[in-house]
Amino acid sequence: MEVLIQQLINGITLGSIYGLIAIGYTMVFGILGMVNFAHGDVFMVSAFVALIAFLILTSWIGASLIVLALLIVLILAMLYTSLLNWAIERAAYRPLRGSFRLAPLISAIGMSIFLMNFVQVAQGPRNKSIPPLFADVIVLFTANDYDVTISYKQLVIWLVTAVLLVAFWYVVSRTALGRAQRACEQDQKMASLVGIDVDRTISITFVIAGALAAVAGTLYWVNYGVISFADGFTPGVKAFTAAVLGGIGSLPGAVIGGLLIGLIETLWSAYFSTDYKDVAAFSILIIVMIFLPQGLLGRPEVEKV
Amino acid sequence: MADEAPASRPDLVRALRAAGFTALVTVGLLLPLIAFRAVHDIRNELVLETRWPLFAVLVAVAFVGRLAWELLPHDRLKLTLATFFQSPLKLAIAAAVSWVAAFVAHLTSLTAFGPKVALARLFAIVLAFCFFGFAIGAVAVWVTNRYPMTTEPGRHRRHQIGVGLRAGAIGFLLAYPLMMLWLAGAQGAIKWVDNFGIQILIYVMLGWGLNIVVGLAGLLDLGYVAFYAVGAYSYALLAKTFGLSFWILLPLAGILAAFWGILLGFPVLRLRGDYLAIVTLAFGEIIRLVLINWVDLTNGYAGISGVPRPTLFGIPFTAAEDGFAARFGIEFAAIHRSIFLYYVILLLALLTALITIRLRRLPIGRAWEALREDEIACRALGINTTNTKLTAFAIGAMFGGFAGSFFAARQGFISPESFTFMESAVIVAIVVLGGMGSQIGVAVAAIIMIGGTELMRELDILKEIFGRDFDPTQYRMLLFGLAMVLIMIWKPRGLIAARQPSVFLKERKAVSGAHVREGHG
Repeated sequence: MEVLIQQLINGITLGSIYGLIAIGYTMVFGILGMVNFAHGDVFMVSAFVALIAFLILTSWIGASLIVLALLIVLILAMLYTSLLNWAIERAAYRPLRGSFRLAPLISAIGMSIFLMNFVQVAQGPRNKSIPPLFADVIVLFTANDYDVTISYKQLVIWLVTAVLLVAFWYVVSRTALGRAQRACEQDQKMASLVGIDVDRTISITFVIAGALAAVAGTLYWVNYGVISFADGFTPGVKAFTAAVLGGIGSLPGAVIGGLLIGLIETLWSAYFSTDYKDVAAFSILIIVMIFLPQGLLGRPEVEKV
Repeated sequence: MADEAPASRPDLVRALRAAGFTALVTVGLLLPLIAFRAVHDIRNELVLETRWPLFAVLVAVAFVGRLAWELLPHDRLKLTLATFFQSPLKLAIAAAVSWVAAFVAHLTSLTAFGPKVALARLFAIVLAFCFFGFAIGAVAVWVTNRYPMTTEPGRHRRHQIGVGLRAGAIGFLLAYPLMMLWLAGAQGAIKWVDNFGIQILIYVMLGWGLNIVVGLAGLLDLGYVAFYAVGAYSYALLAKTFGLSFWILLPLAGILAAFWGILLGFPVLRLRGDYLAIVTLAFGEIIRLVLINWVDLTNGYAGISGVPRPTLFGIPFTAAEDGFAARFGIEFAAIHRSIFLYYVILLLALLTALITIRLRRLPIGRAWEALREDEIACRALGINTTNTKLTAFAIGAMFGGFAGSFFAARQGFISPESFTFMESAVIVAIVVLGGMGSQIGVAVAAIIMIGGTELMRELDILKEIFGRDFDPTQYRMLLFGLAMVLIMIWKPRGLIAARQPSVFLKERKAVSGAHVREGHG
């Protein structure tokens, strides 16, 4: 029981990170109908930017104001990744809009390879590790000599995720921008006829997706303290699994899917074997696609001739 | 026009503004990752290094590049280029000029000293490539103009030329290792036969195998490397455990891979498009993770070494008494095995091509292509889509298995590292960049992408220009990814996008790929 609760806490932490990345996949898929394969690598780049911003800041102001430093780091990483995602859309995806259906996917895979190797060349192939931040833990309760703990780190991750999700939900459901986005998702031609700037809306979608990926990247880096250029692929695929599990195109679905994948992964590691945790995540993807292709909250795809 | 001069001022302002904007974006994008570099110092703590000069140079390049792009008279340039590339005479002159320039550069490289030698040699190589490009272009344009497709004799002559070219290409491929042996000697030729010849042919074969699944049946498979892995591990494990020969295990590995293809095919029958891509990707990753974690069988990360090498009817390529060299009374050289392996993979690749060409004419091949164009129409016509998809997966996987067992036999060592998602992405890229369904296109794309990245290894010249620390091999995959994006933007349907019907009445008309609308297959 104690182990279960502890693993639930860990799983929700991991799951919120997956959920934040999954929103990026699901938004872009909803509006463009393409799997933005480079999204996992954008996430990885954001973690690197967070690391470098953190190093610059701590060399200036010292290690005393760590909370303030991290807040600035988060904002800088979000700004950077928004710009990056905007530039990627502009350079690699927009020229291919309306082209044949595999072209954007191949372009996205190329972009993913490019980003990964760019970081490898620019920052070196070694893992970058920092001393752990917020290592202190709160002991919730003790049972059978087993401390059920929650770390400050995990609390920070939960808090940031929750605040951003509320803000994000507000933007999508209550503002003109969100309405434009949902309109483009349903019918781009019709949306442009009623005066919505489709190109701009798509750009903003990429900017928001990038910003959320940056939050995930920063939190991931704070949580693990280690980052390498190859760290984008596996979380990216898992987050995509989460988006599919929740129903691709559905925003609450992406968050729920992310939490589920995070929980499944931690529980599998705790009760079965760590070696096969990724196999478990990928098997779930295959099983969901076969038996529930529209996901938990997605709309079934209607085939038109 | 009289008002041209005043109108050009706002143009310049606009161009400057665009260039400034590009430079600003570049500053934003490169500032954290190029200007700073996080490195571990001696105490293993992360510290920052700065690289402002490099950063400044890259931003300046972005600014100047955008400015030039904005100021170029695109319409006039396009027209000039179009007339240039349509005139065989101009192309021939360009070829001659680049030949002379290459010769001059070569002479300079012999007389100059220091870094100038490297620069001159680089110029000589680039100009030599230009010469071949222009020369081939001149001949091709001349032939196109001389024998138009609209007349019966023109078509006939074109067909003859096509057959001649194919025969010539196969002749060249057969002669290639011997030519290299003659040109570079027994030591120097290994690189050209092994790194270039065999490596490119493996990818050509993988591309042709995947072409059946992606190009013909229109099923996007991002986990193709799984079948390559199944083939490689089947051969390695069966050969080491039971001591069976390569020639017995080659078909067996193919059959096993085909079996796995069907196993993957069954669950994904209902999926299409991007969903199919992601599930196949997950399948490929599962296979790789199992190979890593099932240590008892596969030895995990450490891999399997000492995989038996193939023999020529039982004659091994060793320096021993019963080895190839001793048996034929020639001096032992490592190149013999490379040449033998080259012919094996050439044979396998040609077999793949031949079988695919024949299959396309059979009902099953036509069903694949129909499935690619429109699955619903396919079903309405009474085509069994289940069987069609499963055969595509199985046959594609079989060729992947053949290539895998050849890979294991060639390397003598395999580990899960060789079967990452990146390999799948490279193979898919080759198929799509070549033009889905086009065999020639896939071969050309494999030569450009794999040959190009292998060539990066050879560019020691760059080292002499950019300094000792410059390692061109680092940039291989960076440029590979960039090339994927650029080729897609330039030609979204791949290098050879024309569709030729495999079955036709009287005359075969090529259709541009742009006119073919693919359903969500």
